[in-house]
Amino acid sequence: MTDRLPGFNTLAVHAGAAPDAATGARATPIYQTTSFVFDDVDHAASLFGLQAFGNIYSRIGNPTCAVLEERVAALEGGTAALAVASGHAAQFLVFHTLLQPGDEFVAARKLYGGSINQFNHAYKNFGWNVVWADSDDPSSFEAAITPKTKAIFVESIANPGGVIVDLQAIAAIAKKHRIPFIVDNTMATPYLIRPFEHGADIIVHSATKFLGGHGNSIGGLIVDGGSFNFAGDDRYPMLSKPRPEYGGMVLGETFGNFGFAIACRVLGLRDLGPALSPFNAFMILTGIETLPLRMQRHSDNALALAEHLANHSKVSWVSYPGLRTDRYHNLAKQYCPKGAGAVFTFGLKGGYEAGVKLVSNLKLFSHLANIGDTRSLVIHPASTTHRQLTDEQKTQAGAGPEVVRLSIGIEDKEDLIDDLNQALDAA
Amino acid sequence: MLIELPCPIPYVSLMNHDNYPNDYIRGILQSVKTIALVGASQNQARPSWIVMKYLLDRGYDVIPINPGLAGGELLGKKVYGRLSDIPHPVDMVEIFRNSEAAGPITDEALALDPLPKVIWMQLSVRNDAAAEKAEAKGLQVVMDRCPKIEFGRLSGEISWQGVNSRMLSAKKPVLAGKGFQKLSLNRPK
Repeated sequence: MTDRLPGFNTLAVHAGAAPDAATGARATPIYQTTSFVFDDVDHAASLFGLQAFGNIYSRIGNPTCAVLEERVAALEGGTAALAVASGHAAQFLVFHTLLQPGDEFVAARKLYGGSINQFNHAYKNFGWNVVWADSDDPSSFEAAITPKTKAIFVESIANPGGVIVDLQAIAAIAKKHRIPFIVDNTMATPYLIRPFEHGADIIVHSATKFLGGHGNSIGGLIVDGGSFNFAGDDRYPMLSKPRPEYGGMVLGETFGNFGFAIACRVLGLRDLGPALSPFNAFMILTGIETLPLRMQRHSDNALALAEHLANHSKVSWVSYPGLRTDRYHNLAKQYCPKGAGAVFTFGLKGGYEAGVKLVSNLKLFSHLANIGDTRSLVIHPASTTHRQLTDEQKTQAGAGPEVVRLSIGIEDKEDLIDDLNQALDAA
Repeated sequence: MLIELPCPIPYVSLMNHDNYPNDYIRGILQSVKTIALVGASQNQARPSWIVMKYLLDRGYDVIPINPGLAGGELLGKKVYGRLSDIPHPVDMVEIFRNSEAAGPITDEALALDPLPKVIWMQLSVRNDAAAEKAEAKGLQVVMDRCPKIEFGRLSGEISWQGVNSRMLSAKKPVLAGKGFQKLSLNRPK
């Protein structure tokens, strides 16, 4: 065991991944199995009763997924984590563990569009009611809190890029009202921002993006900060009340500062079922080993391209907090001094038609609806993801006709600039 | 340029009752054999029952203490009403009561002859005055920790549950006993 405080790069390679106890395999094996043999009947009973550590069935836990969980928990500085099938599943299980029908949560208005859909529509079926707040105005979060509020939710760097949220200011409000503060850290990753150091209680990730980093696997993570004391808090019965599913066990008491992660696993994942495939866990784990290298290159490339575009005659504006003139630059310096991430938007003077032409003229940038790939990606929201909205709605959503979103990859920045130049010249 | 961030959770720290070095906890769990568990419960959903079962499974001789259950049996072990009723020496006293009650229980433990070697207070239980008295008599003290969680953390078992064990190693965990689902503390450092 190491006797020094390990750094982030070391954790990215090693955390959770000792050689395999049975075979000595050094790379994490892909435990592609549904189930695990019990040592004996008593051992099986202990596992089902949450009385022993171990593996039962891969919907509840799997050794490959467990390495990913510990890896991300270590990188975020949390007490435990849970790997699930997607970022959406991570959010679903977090809210399922915190909310009862009729409850509310406050969410920042600037979020990934898929999350806005999930909160506005899918959650209505469960009686979970989202109340929207202004990402740029922490006091709007406090104003939205009612006795029914069970959680506050923001993205640290908000999709579609260019927005840095003042985590400490919102964390102070959450703490004052004793409400768990959930941060989606997908865009930043723990390499750029570590939300637990700024007062977050729970972190969620779409591992599909920069954690996996290679655009090959969907996955999600929930990380427990261990900072919110659920024990004895009647507002959170999944953690504070005896659970009939487990013979009256009180999860928040039995599992201490990682009780939230355990509750998400044994009540959420077990009963709702969005398990991560061990193969995807392996792919994401392999990606995480180079996370620090990739995120620095992503951010450095993004800054170079943002600077280039800001000076381009066909570009009307660029929204990237890494730029000195950007309205979020001071927050970026405070929360992510190493870089402001890979994703940003810019506006074309030529409007909608110029956006459509730019996307089709690019040769290296891939036209698709994802972010956080090694490859550079582009999308013109007005003609794709936001096509069904009116022009006014598009503008409100930050997807006006002239807007282009880029997710900058780790290629040579000169090649990316050349590609953008030729496509803009022709647009 | 890459900038290294230190991890906020101390992997190794100087000994105090906020942070215990891994070697300190491992040393205790590897040396004690007989554990008196004060506040034993027959309710299988209670942490004290779960911890007793786990420690018995790991080969410790656990003696349950509960005045209400005295004379009966729990998990095949005779229950005693108080520490002084145990007819043989114990290596460690584990306290599954609240922080205030940990004071008089520590006093009882310090009246035993021979003295136990360790006072261990369960997760969320902390009594610094009691700890000071025990340490003055040469005992080792652990507070606000669970021996099951610590065993799981140091052996590697707890990693199966996605818990941050705060341990990095290029050495294999060691299988304990039959099957593949129990790991030993005898892992190369």
